[in-house]
Amino acid sequence: MSFSVNTGANRIAGKGRLSPSKTVTFTLDGRQLNAMEGDTLASAMLANGIHLAGRSFKYHRPRGILGAGAEEPSALMDISRDNARRQPNVRATVQEVFDGMKAKTQNHYPSLTFDVGAVNNWFSPFFSAGFYYKTFMWPKQAWKNLYEPFIREAAGLGKAPEEADPDHYANRYAHCDLLIVGGGASGLMAAKTAAKSGKRIILADESASMGGWLLAESEATIGGRPAGEWVTETVAELAAMENVTLLPRTTAFGYYAHNMVALAERVTDHRSRPDPDLPRERLWQVRAKKVILATGAIERHLVFADNDRPGIMLASAARMYLNHYGVAVGRNVGIYTACDSAWAAAFDLQNAGVKVTAIIDMRAAPDPDLVEKAREMGIPVRTGSAVTKTAGKMRIRSMTVEPIADPLSEKFEIDCLLVSGGWTPSVHLFSQSRGKLKFDEENGRFVPDIHVEDCASIGSCNGTDDMDTALAEAVAAATAAVSGRAVKAPKTSGFASMRGHLIGSAKGAGPDDHVMAFIDFQNDVCAKDVRLAVREGMHSIEHVKRYTTTGMATDQGKMSNMHGLAIAAEALGKEIPAVGLTTFRAPYTPVTFGAIVNHSKGDLFDVTRRTPMHSWAEEHGAVFEDVGNWKRAWYFPRAGEDMHAAVARECKTTREAAGIFDASTLGKIEVVGPDAVKFMELMYTNPWQKLAVGMCRYGIMCREDGFIYDDGVVGRISEDRFHVTTTTGGAPRVLNMMEDYLQTEFPEWKVWLTSTSEQWAVIGVQGPKAREIVEPLVEGIDLSLEAMPHMAIREGKICGVPTRLMRVSFTGELGFEINVPADYGRAVWDAIWERGEPLGMAPYGTEAMHVMRAEKGFIIVGQDTDGTVTPQDAGVGWAVGKKKADFVGIRGLTRPDLVAEGRRQLIGLRTKDPKVVLEEGAQIVADPNQPVPMKMLGFVTSSYWSETLGHSIALALVEGGFGRKGDTLYVPMENETIAVEVCDTIFLDKEGARLNV
Amino acid sequence: MSKVAQRTGPLDGRNFGTTGVTLTPAAAATRISLRAREDGLATAKKILGFAPPGKPKSSATKGSINCLWIGPDEWLVIDADDSGLPAKFAKEGNTKLSAVEISHRNTAILLEGAKAVDVLNSGCPQDLSSASFPVGACSRTILGKSEIVLYRTGEHAFRVECWRSFSDYVWSFLMDAAKSA
Repeated sequence: MSFSVNTGANRIAGKGRLSPSKTVTFTLDGRQLNAMEGDTLASAMLANGIHLAGRSFKYHRPRGILGAGAEEPSALMDISRDNARRQPNVRATVQEVFDGMKAKTQNHYPSLTFDVGAVNNWFSPFFSAGFYYKTFMWPKQAWKNLYEPFIREAAGLGKAPEEADPDHYANRYAHCDLLIVGGGASGLMAAKTAAKSGKRIILADESASMGGWLLAESEATIGGRPAGEWVTETVAELAAMENVTLLPRTTAFGYYAHNMVALAERVTDHRSRPDPDLPRERLWQVRAKKVILATGAIERHLVFADNDRPGIMLASAARMYLNHYGVAVGRNVGIYTACDSAWAAAFDLQNAGVKVTAIIDMRAAPDPDLVEKAREMGIPVRTGSAVTKTAGKMRIRSMTVEPIADPLSEKFEIDCLLVSGGWTPSVHLFSQSRGKLKFDEENGRFVPDIHVEDCASIGSCNGTDDMDTALAEAVAAATAAVSGRAVKAPKTSGFASMRGHLIGSAKGAGPDDHVMAFIDFQNDVCAKDVRLAVREGMHSIEHVKRYTTTGMATDQGKMSNMHGLAIAAEALGKEIPAVGLTTFRAPYTPVTFGAIVNHSKGDLFDVTRRTPMHSWAEEHGAVFEDVGNWKRAWYFPRAGEDMHAAVARECKTTREAAGIFDASTLGKIEVVGPDAVKFMELMYTNPWQKLAVGMCRYGIMCREDGFIYDDGVVGRISEDRFHVTTTTGGAPRVLNMMEDYLQTEFPEWKVWLTSTSEQWAVIGVQGPKAREIVEPLVEGIDLSLEAMPHMAIREGKICGVPTRLMRVSFTGELGFEINVPADYGRAVWDAIWERGEPLGMAPYGTEAMHVMRAEKGFIIVGQDTDGTVTPQDAGVGWAVGKKKADFVGIRGLTRPDLVAEGRRQLIGLRTKDPKVVLEEGAQIVADPNQPVPMKMLGFVTSSYWSETLGHSIALALVEGGFGRKGDTLYVPMENETIAVEVCDTIFLDKEGARLNV
Repeated sequence: MSKVAQRTGPLDGRNFGTTGVTLTPAAAATRISLRAREDGLATAKKILGFAPPGKPKSSATKGSINCLWIGPDEWLVIDADDSGLPAKFAKEGNTKLSAVEISHRNTAILLEGAKAVDVLNSGCPQDLSSASFPVGACSRTILGKSEIVLYRTGEHAFRVECWRSFSDYVWSFLMDAAKSA
């Protein structure tokens, strides 16, 4: 026996597939260690003789490495490159070691070997199943001050990183004819068979190297070649094929409807200095015509007293560490099994020079050939026996063995104990796809039965243990999936038998109630906890699971579920199928939020929409507000101005001279066709037949229920063409609602809708000097009051480019909205600014726009209405065509509720103290001295300081508001009660004199 | 009269290239959203000089004019030259069809290179293999959180049409995807 000095004392020269010439250095809890390239953290630790990997979640018990793959519930570590690139709870069995990696053990203080939290272990009799439910019942106040802070502090495993994740992530949608999940013997065989068809194939495997459990084999052959060589050749053959995509380090974690399978590819987590452009992970969303599941099987541990000491691990894992990584997991190894496959581990280890102390097989009569072989190799064998006790604090030191039918015990000194309770087929994805499982009584396992998706399960995930049969199954499934020609599967030899199993607890796991015989290592659940749950009335496995938390950790009970189920079934006195399995849910293994979010972070989190004039607003110091996805200029503060001052000035300038406003975000819909006017009559409450070409009208749109849905100005361009505007936020939903009526109710109407929101940049010029500013830039349109009155729309040119010029006003001033093709928006704006600035024009933002429209009592849908307000309630009942036979909402508006007295109606409010500005949303009452809870009459919808009027103004929805004009009402606030007087909604220029100039 | 206003495209001045893919803002073009039923197709054919394609995901081209099938009664007409399409449609009136000019509503990004499909598939769920989406194929689809019209102009060349204010997002998304493809 010779040990390599470089990468760990337990490395066996000549064993394994890693190259001794390629080594990397990493740290474990600050201690520098060497590893070979291709090592997992677990194999590197084991090579260095380290089994102790952390402290357990609840009892802080020292824990080791249990497995060699994705199922690992125990060895969860904190892995980092730097402070920001740190991830807790990484499975050491999956994480590949890279140069410079920092690994830390978790869940201990002050150190791994001396941990004060381990006191929980001494108090473990108190931490029974349902402990939290029972203990923290009273007193009520203690929850807030004592229990919750305590539980929160103690909860969770590992520490989340505090810095933002600097990595980036990617997404890829892919389509293929065949997706194969799992690159073990069956998966590779299926890929090899199907690839010949030339069809598009994706093969994904969660490990760095394809091959699955074949990598753990030493003597086995496929087609006469050593299994490892067959893997290498097959992978090379597939990699060279155009139609095959090989995805190593890629976990299929979710199986969704219509063969949509989600995969997480780990792109850089194994690289020492990754290219910064490379994503850390890539999410694959694969739509596959057919899916072959070759997800293999996971070995189970055995449930017995103190079965969680570091050094106790799965027999299959030890074999993988030996034959793939060249690592001996111990020097005096015991085997405790109910399954044939663990014997192969014993033989391989003994052949590699490791002393196998004894093989303990629970079965009274295991395969005589195995027993004979062990005898020949000089390995002591105990059949019909169980391990009932183990000793060793930070690592197993000995095991106590008893014949099952006998209390006589003997003790073996060991430094490692390999266990096997048999194999659990990985039916997670099949089950996620809603496939039905059946219970295979003989082998104690659930296997796929009826599939729902177009998929096939092959190999050990299908309960097929024999390698020849598995490969034949792979060939058959692959041939069927691509409609290829049948070929013969190669013959195999030397594969270990997977016969024999135990689910549930072994001798030495109880039934007494203090033995710590672990089922679920990650959530620290013992056999006794499941029994207790049943005694306390949990009769459904779903309840047992939640009461004990077994199988609820991030490993989702890959090793523990069958044990928990069997123990519950035994305690309930029921058959296993009658108790049933809990449901498998995505993800199969934890997936980072980064992978799920992928490109949608930072600036790509959501679309940011900017108008063509955005850059001008930026250059002129605008403060922006978000309106839907739009950035809108909110106000334009000058030096020394706060928002209040800027808005007051913007309003004043607009009313005294002129203001320029970017209204490009308004929704615009072109309604075209011979039935256009008929359609407008349907969609809006207003009449449209008589609207003259070249004129505009303010339109209100209701839903069927009669409540206001949207509003906007509509211009008639020709008899059969309307230029419809909507609110900024309402644009998409208005178009959707229109299309909905058109496509589902009136498909025969000849009218078409086109969104033109972004075709037009819209420049509002408002104020007494508006005409003077705009006129010289315009060609072919007479802007005079006579030729172009309020609410006219004309087509012509401005600055030499086409325009739809509307004379409209949301401020109450003379005003124009200049629509120009969007790419000209900035240039036309610049020209107007050049002309208007010397005349005293200022830019104004959305806040000033809101103030000025409120001074005129114009509503904003969504602010002064909330989906329960009719046109009548909002004081715009005049916009409802009285003679119209039909429009959307006409019937809703006649409902008794909607015509009843006492509805909330939109009115104006003036505070008795003119300086006080009400809070929007504040409640309104008639009598502030009434007992609480007070009768609320309504609430404030809009409230501003009006610089023009010199007092505050507000709009409010108040019960029977129209009848309360002149009444005094009250707005109770936290520290004061504000008296207000109900008034008209129009605060400024009721007769519209400012408009008609 | 002051000077004639000049155009400013939303992606003016941008360009991006990395291994396997380049991004370029497309030149300004005339675009029409064409809506018509069976009885309007003859008129459309007269104006375009060819019949609008009738099959989903297909396009037709003559001279500078491309006509992309968008829906059963909807086409996106893109004219690289200004051959006066809006005026020609206006002359025909609105009785048989609807033609709305959207030259400025949309903008386009030209995506070229061996990795073009991978880049697009970072945000577009469609099957873009040559078999399913050959040269000339087009589709109104999504890229990440934006609606786009995707048009394959070559084995490794695509035109990505989107609304003006979405173009910054679409450009940035394609850039991010290109780096990590």
